[in-house]
Amino acid sequence: MEKLKYALFTGCTAKQSTPEQMSSTMAVADKLGIELVELTEASCCGASHLQDYDEFLSLVLNARNIAYAEEKGLTMVTICNTCQLNTAMTKHKLDNDADLKAQVNEKLKEVGLEYKGTSQITHFLYAIIDDFGLDKIKEMVKTPLSQFNIAPFYGCHNIRPSELQNKTHKTAESAYRPTSLDDLIIACGGESVEYEEKTKCCGFHAELQAPHTAATLTGNAIAGAMDNNADWMVTPCPLCHLKLDTQTKHASEAIGREVALPVLHMQQMLGLALGCTPSELGLKHHVTKVDFV
Amino acid sequence: MSTHTITTQKVNFKVFRFNADEDYLPYYNDIEMEVTSEEVVLDILNRIKWDHDGSFSYRRSCRHGICGACAIKVNGRSTLACKERINDMIELFGNELTIEPLSKKRAIKDMVIDKGDFWQKHEALEPYLVSEVEEHPESEHLVTPQQADALLDSDLCIQCGACHYACPVVEVNDEFFGPAAFAAAYRFSADVRDESETRVTTANAEKQGVWDCVKCFECAEVCPKEINPIEKITKLHQMYFTDGKAESNVATRHAVAFKNSIAKNGVLDEATMVLYAEGPAIVKHIPVALKMLTKGKIVPPWGITKSENLDEIKTLVKSSSTAKF
Repeated sequence: MEKLKYALFTGCTAKQSTPEQMSSTMAVADKLGIELVELTEASCCGASHLQDYDEFLSLVLNARNIAYAEEKGLTMVTICNTCQLNTAMTKHKLDNDADLKAQVNEKLKEVGLEYKGTSQITHFLYAIIDDFGLDKIKEMVKTPLSQFNIAPFYGCHNIRPSELQNKTHKTAESAYRPTSLDDLIIACGGESVEYEEKTKCCGFHAELQAPHTAATLTGNAIAGAMDNNADWMVTPCPLCHLKLDTQTKHASEAIGREVALPVLHMQQMLGLALGCTPSELGLKHHVTKVDFV
Repeated sequence: MSTHTITTQKVNFKVFRFNADEDYLPYYNDIEMEVTSEEVVLDILNRIKWDHDGSFSYRRSCRHGICGACAIKVNGRSTLACKERINDMIELFGNELTIEPLSKKRAIKDMVIDKGDFWQKHEALEPYLVSEVEEHPESEHLVTPQQADALLDSDLCIQCGACHYACPVVEVNDEFFGPAAFAAAYRFSADVRDESETRVTTANAEKQGVWDCVKCFECAEVCPKEINPIEKITKLHQMYFTDGKAESNVATRHAVAFKNSIAKNGVLDEATMVLYAEGPAIVKHIPVALKMLTKGKIVPPWGITKSENLDEIKTLVKSSSTAKF
């Protein structure tokens, strides 16, 4: 197989509040022989909040990020569901509206860039499934996670809106019965836990303005996983991770019962199975202690 | 000439049953049925009533996806029964299908729910044109095709409630207006003839309003008319800024903080942003922040790796900004 190479859009969180996601992404890519070229020029995707304030500016900034991946002739890989959605939405809008694309390019021209629409944008989870292949992952697993019940938490912005999402990856994914993360758990030798909340919202985007709503959704998600005998949770989204990992006190208060589970990034789970060290995977950075390694 | 083959297959239905006048708790009937590829979910509801139990209750009227009466949930997914092909549900969920009302806690009898909260929230956001109508106009009040396009199909809503009862915020916060009411608020606020002074202010209300949306896209996923309610919620957010009606609250300051942080660093300065958004209320975040700090999960403003070619970002923020706060 030809060596896989992508332009990595890290997003802000991997560089700040989830440093373990950055180190585990690089460790796993190294093990798999995937080359990730970091888009160090990239700005924030706007995370849907800049979009609430100034949509045109968000389009221009995201188009600039994509233009850098295009310059390198690479598919852009994201490691945050919200980066994935906002970048893919920008691409969808510009590729389907020639006038808007021209307006955006008029701005990009000021800084010597152009958005062409030549790069695809996909989340690392789907790059692994579509391009690398789970069969190959299975062959490479050194430490099967066979003793663990692992609850997949998909995160809204990788599965909805499904019409847009299914344009960004080859493996079709249902918004109601998604399989990608379950399949990765199984490929790592683990047991995937079925529970109602696995496709639900963690509440992250309303945390500041609606703390009780957000904490209730977080609490329900962890409780759903616990009630179905999960040993720990895994997610492809660092924002879901932050909510589920760091907000257990508020979540427990909101739903009236103590809830907490270790919440791993999908890269950390894969890294454990591939034989990466706990320090490469940054397991010490979790607020809810990862007590099983 | 193309041929069309009708296929049949066995499906096990679990049907939610509850009569608020008689039952203390709901229960489920197991019904096995041979279904054909020609049927929609409403056909199944009809057959449950006609062939299995005449007391089974559900709402239906037009059978053409326009009255909005027959929305229910199949395996937890909101759906308009007269529009949804049963084969699509089997493809999605397999041959075990659970038929439930849109909201179990609002069930009156089987699929029939008390939709009062939905209608009250709709009404609160003035889902009608507010305008001084001249009794004897001298000319027509024309709406151009472009002005009509700006409604973004929000006028196609049939008030079925599919999105409202799929919304996780509605589920945990009884006060929240919900995606259908917001789509209606957008539909009339975006109408050039509308003069309501109160609608957008009401839609902004604390604990009820648009800023409490969690951006999960459940509403966009279920809407049988493909109205994309969250797009309208986003448009309302933008409207507060473009109309200069944005109140300074934690959500609006948070949105603006994104621009400020990008203009300065390219990337987010998470700590400074929360401080800007919360103001003195930042103290409530201190316990969690301390825990995060000890785990190396907080980078101070001076430790941030800024985007390369930051001058480009600064230029673009300057030249491409369209909103003010």
